[in-house]
Amino acid sequence: MDNKFRVFLKGIFDVSPLMIPVVPFGLIFGVLSIDIGFSPIETMGMSLIVFGGASQIVLLQLFSGGASSLVIISSVGAVNSRHLLYGAVVSEHLSDLKLIWKIIISYFLVDQAFARSNEYFKKNKDENKYFHLFGGGITCWVIWQTTTFLGIVLGAFIPEKLGLSFAVPLTFLALLVNDFRKLINVIVIIISGLVATFGFNYVPYKAYVIVAGVTALLTAAILTRLNKKNE
Amino acid sequence: MSNWLLIIYCGLITFLTRFSMIALLKKEMFNDRIREILSFVPSAIFPAIIFPAIFLDNSGDFQLENNPKIMAAIIAMLIGIISQNIIATIISGLASYWFLIFMV
Repeated sequence: MDNKFRVFLKGIFDVSPLMIPVVPFGLIFGVLSIDIGFSPIETMGMSLIVFGGASQIVLLQLFSGGASSLVIISSVGAVNSRHLLYGAVVSEHLSDLKLIWKIIISYFLVDQAFARSNEYFKKNKDENKYFHLFGGGITCWVIWQTTTFLGIVLGAFIPEKLGLSFAVPLTFLALLVNDFRKLINVIVIIISGLVATFGFNYVPYKAYVIVAGVTALLTAAILTRLNKKNE
Repeated sequence: MSNWLLIIYCGLITFLTRFSMIALLKKEMFNDRIREILSFVPSAIFPAIIFPAIFLDNSGDFQLENNPKIMAAIIAMLIGIISQNIIATIISGLASYWFLIFMV
């Protein structure tokens, strides 16, 4: 078998277990987006153009809260700042690629594909290893588009009193399960949550996500520094 | 701004955060300190979505009494800490929420 194709299949295989939580996330996104008032085409467009679960949910949440476009876009930017880290981590493995491949890989650089391919990159020196990230990314893409579509269809049948919007905080909560065991993370989580909740009505332009995020990140910077001094 | 323009801008900024580091970065531009701080981004940003959605009602007022979301979120969090499993966390939260609003 062609080596590129073999690595591509390995990427699909490695990322597949991580697709299980993506299924409810995509369904919830599709259902909520219709519920908030986006058209089916716009909802599908979001998944195709943005292709990022957290970004898309933040977009919905702030849009339904009446935030301005500028605030929505910068909040999406804040949520995405974690991708700077992913890019920085994988860039050393991709530095020899042609520009077009860098563009393609960037579009597919989502959390799950990053997590699996980063492990693969560390262990393999093969020059075609970027096909691993490509395979993992395409897998995420197919699942995300399919579940968005199903969510749009299902949305028409799901009664409002099920309170499915509660799935949004639950999904984000679930993404933090690994952080609840680390003291600094717990402090950062509480600070961010409190600033956002108390700032919700007072921070202008619904920019509470950004204000809370920056405050909490500064706290993280201070706490990690103090922690090092004590060691 | 039209919905489509908003979606396109959000797509652009998402793409650019992913692309910029891959395209521009020379290997050692990010030191360990910046990497460490960026690793806190999910813990710093996600609660800003979680907390208001649980503790505030649709008009932004505090809703601390008769609020099944608080109990359901606590149950989900405990299950999450014990199981370290994303699906189990979401399902236990939704199940306890539905139990509280339909059964209790």
